Parts: sequence; C-alpha cells; structure tokens
Amino acid sequence: MGNERTRILVVDDEEIVRESLGGWLEKDGFFVQSVPDGKSAVEALEKERWSILLTDLKMPGMDGLQVLEEAKKRQPDLVVVLMTAYATIDTAVSAMKLGAYDYLVKPFDPEELSLMMQKIVSQQTLVRENAVLRKALKREYGFHDVVSKSPAMQQVFELARVAARSNSTILVLGESGTGKEVMARAIHAESPRAQGPFVAISCAALTESLLESELFGHEKGSFTGASARKIGKFEAANGGTLFLDEIGDISPKLQLDLLRVLEDRRFHRVGGTDPISVDVRIVAATNRDLRKAVAEGKFREDLLYRLNVIVINLPPLRERKEDIPLLVEHFTEQLGVEMQRRIEGVSSDAMVALMSYDWPGNVRELRNVLERGAVVAQGRIIQALDLGLAPAAVPEGAAGVGAGAAAAGASDEVPATLEDVEKRHITQMLAHTGGNVSQAARLLGIDRVTLYNKIRKYQLRRGDDSGSQQRPG
Amino acid sequence: MLEHVRAHLTGAFRAEVALHHDPRRPADAWDARRRQHSSKKMLSFLLEQGPPPPARVLGITDQDLFIPILTFVFGEAQLGGRAAVVSTARLDDGVPVVSPRVLAERVAIECVHEVGHAYGLLHCASPRCAMGRSPSVRDVDAKKPQLCRDCLSRLAERNDRSGG
Ligand SMILES: [Zn+2]
Ligand SMILES: [Zn+2]
Repeated sequence: MGNERTRILVVDDEEIVRESLGGWLEKDGFFVQSVPDGKSAVEALEKERWSILLTDLKMPGMDGLQVLEEAKKRQPDLVVVLMTAYATIDTAVSAMKLGAYDYLVKPFDPEELSLMMQKIVSQQTLVRENAVLRKALKREYGFHDVVSKSPAMQQVFELARVAARSNSTILVLGESGTGKEVMARAIHAESPRAQGPFVAISCAALTESLLESELFGHEKGSFTGASARKIGKFEAANGGTLFLDEIGDISPKLQLDLLRVLEDRRFHRVGGTDPISVDVRIVAATNRDLRKAVAEGKFREDLLYRLNVIVINLPPLRERKEDIPLLVEHFTEQLGVEMQRRIEGVSSDAMVALMSYDWPGNVRELRNVLERGAVVAQGRIIQALDLGLAPAAVPEGAAGVGAGAAAAGASDEVPATLEDVEKRHITQMLAHTGGNVSQAARLLGIDRVTLYNKIRKYQLRRGDDSGSQQRPG
Repeated sequence: MLEHVRAHLTGAFRAEVALHHDPRRPADAWDARRRQHSSKKMLSFLLEQGPPPPARVLGITDQDLFIPILTFVFGEAQLGGRAAVVSTARLDDGVPVVSPRVLAERVAIECVHEVGHAYGLLHCASPRCAMGRSPSVRDVDAKKPQLCRDCLSRLAERNDRSGG
C-alpha cells in the first residue's frame, strides 16, 4: 500500500454494517469514514477527496444509485463499489453501466472484499505511475505528437528540430500511414512560425484545375462556377506553413507553377493579373520514389531539387516495432479523451497480437485498429479479440469472463456423461463469477466445501481466468 | 494445541500468558438464521467473563464466526483494545483431512494475528508475517506464527508511547 492511506467512504443505513466494515477496512490500513445516508455522503464528498466509495444500494431517502450519480458528478474518477442484497443484483449490474466499478453481494467473502480493495489500490497506483511515466515519455521520446524511442526515429527528431528552425523547404518521405502530416505539424509547431497558420492539402485527390484554384485561389468569373473570389491555400498559409501532401501526384503544369512559386515566392490567382507575394514555409510529402519519377520523366528534376533541401525519411512501423507499446499508450490516451471514456490500455494478449502483426498501413493502421478495439471493448482494457487482427492467433468465441457462458456452452459436442454435464456447469459458473468460489457455490445452490471438492475432483482451476477460456497449445 | 498457541504468543508479544479452559458459550452470540456465532458478541462475552483489565483476553472457539457484512471470519479483535477471538471452524477450509499439526499451526498464526490487532497492529505487507492479510486458508499457510521485524518495531513503538 502507498505512503498516504487510501481513503474510503462507507455509506450504509445499518449501524452494525458500518461498524463491522469500518473495523475490517481499518485493519487493512485504510482510512475509513462511515455515514448513515446519501445526504451525509454527499456532504462528505464535498468536503474532502476520497479514493473509494462503498455504498449500500437500498437505503431510505437517497438510494445507492443516486449516491453514485451525485458522487460521479463531484469526482468523476472516484471508484464506487455497490453493496447489495442477492435480490438486487440486476440493479447493481445496471449501476455498473452508470460508472460503478463493481458490486459486492451481501454478505460477502473476506477474500472477495480484500481482493477487490487491493485491486483498486494497485490500479490507482498504476494510473498515477502511468501519468508520471507518460509525461516522462513525451519529454524523452516525443517530438510534439510523434512518439518513438527507436534510434532511427531519434535521429529523425534531431534533424526535424534543426530543420524546423530554418526556413527551408522540407520533403518528408515515407510509406502511407507513417505519419507524414503529423511530422509536418510537429515541424510547424517547433518552428518560429508556430503562431502562424498550418494549412494542409492533399494533391492527389483533386483534378488539375481544381487543385490549381485550391492552391492559388481564383478571381470572380475566372471560370464557370467561380461566382466569388476565392483565397487559395498559399494565401491562407501566409506567415505559417503549407503542407503539400502527395506531391508526387501533381500534373506537369502544376509542377511548373509550383516551381515558380518556390523560386520567387510570388504567384497569381487563377484569372488574376496582379502577382501576390506570400511568406510561406513549404513542407511537402510523398510516398513515391521521386528520383525514379524523375528518371521516368514524370517529375521535374528542378522541382525535386527545390523541394529536396532537407529530406526527412520516416521509417515504416514494421522496422521500429519497439515503438508499438509507446504508440499504444499514446493512442489509447488520445482515444479515451475523444470517446470520453476510460481506456487503460490493452491486455498482454492484445499486445502480443499487435507486436506480431506486420503493419502494412503503418502508424495510421495501428491507430485505426486501436480505435476499433476501443469501440468494441467491454471494459477499460482492450482485449486481443477486440482488435479484429489475425483471427488465427486467438480462439473463436472466447470473449473473456463477461461472455464466459458462451465459451463453455458453445461447443457442439454432446456431453457424454452426467459428470461431464456437471463439470461443464461448474466451469460455466466459475467463469460467470470470475473464479469466485463462494459466489459460484451460492448460484449453484451447494455449499462451499462441496464445490471445493468438486473443483478438486474435476481438476478445475479457480483463478480469475478459470474456465472462461481455453487456449489451444 | 493450546500449549503451542501459548508458546507463540509469549514469543511474539513477550507477555505472560495464562491458559484457562471455559466450557461455557455465550448464549446470545448464536445467530439462528445464519447458523453462525457473532464475533462481536463473542468479544463482549470475553470482556465480561475474562480476566480484569489491564489483561488482554483471547478466546479460541470451534464455532464458525461472522461479522454482519462478511460470510465468515477466522477471528476478530478490538483494534487497540482488550479482546480477541479466533475460530478453528474454517481453518480446515473443507480439506477433508487436516493433520492436527497443520491445524495447530494455523490456529497459532491467527491467534498471534488477532492479539496483534488488540495490541494496535494493522495488516502487514509481508505475506510471511503473522500480521499479513489472510482472507483465505492459502494465505494463512503462507504465514508464520511470528511478527516480522517491522511489526515488532511498530509494537515496541506503541508500547513506548502507551508507557507499557
Ligand atoms: Zn487481521
Ligand atoms: Zn509484519
């Protein structure tokens, strides 16, 4: 347990429960305060910070659900555990959807209570440590939003830092999804132009004339549909940075136009007569081999020469797999903020799947896979199956403890004997209770001793993963 | 078994330990609905029937004990108080044959544990120490009927402060 004592607030209308629970938790080293009703609980929450709230579900006045709601309003990261009688489990389960951490069925096993409290404390320690770690990582392994600890990328960061301070044109090379735009933004943020605009445009998606008017703007009436004057990206980026993605895809005419702008920093709007001067730093990017394109006569050599002042090469993700854990950390944090829910990371199985995949789509694909995982995941940890990667690596139908019933019952084969049926049923129950023998015994309607004997007889494991999934190999 | 417990208590707390056999049971401690004895009531019984203050009193019973919110307890003590109680009922944990030696060792461990609470000790992070948290028999078996260095110094500190 950490240096400062974890503070638990207990809410129960029965004095004897408050007393015995308080005494028990105090011996575990917790600081405990007990209150008899929801109103006093809210008061205690307003006065001080708590780590854990243990509340009874059924109470006169404000019930456990209302206490939960009020508590979460005041302190969203508060861990709330509901205590409930057997008859109200359904409510407790739906309360978990409202943000409760877990529930305990009264009376509960000492083991259950201690394990849950220990788990909460170690998770809270982990979250605190992660926050510290994350900051350190960003400092040590980050270049704005680009994170990496691979030696090759560290060199890239060094070059990018120096390049950012100059006013030179920069060419970023790398496969699709390696994060060329993220790098361009980082360069902008690191440059003296950081206060100016960052404007990005992809040159591949547009026809020649549309791209021309996008880049340079047009005067009213310069072509059909040009009903008003339009400011182009070059003008919009004045004082800042213009990011030209997929520069290898532009037409010969635009290559020439671009060359002229790069040479004299002046251009005309489409249909315009007066030249416009701008102060723009160009960062261009492509996944094509521009030298080859030059050799084939598809790309102007003089333009390549102009763009090629500083070249930053982004290695593909498969060549820097050591970055995957770091990127996972980074993206799950981002996704958590975007999706407004807590995502604490990926399971070790999921990490193995991520590390063994080849990543043709690079960092962007990794982010997409994690985003899918975060959407599909039942809890705060993304599991291997949630990722939808390499299905051969993970057994079908084993979706963790929550869906444990399906795992044990989904098999098509008919159980041979009564013992088989019993064995399966017990396995299923243990999976359902997450390996909790007392709870399983209650649900099965037998006593604990009998269940222990059966577990021994059938050699079932009763750990957290007992019976919920059976992995081949 | 009682001699074994006595030896360990003397060793751990360096205090005089007197043995006393009392066949009476507290009548009001029995909860007919739960078919268990309330450990709280057991403690008050011990305070009434046991030796006068400032002596501390530990009861050992074969009855299954509970506190209202938990299904059972191996024992209970008033934290920093006078009374403690330990039950042998769950220390076999459904294992069909527990050797008397193993059971005696478990009882000794839990007695040191509960008396430790009565002396004001909290749970200890060391899994080998008698003050380690032990919600299951497996955890009890991992412990020894002795206090670790840290707990001994905490105990000494408390004794100094209370002048005892
Ligand atoms: Zn204890
Ligand atoms: Zn200790």
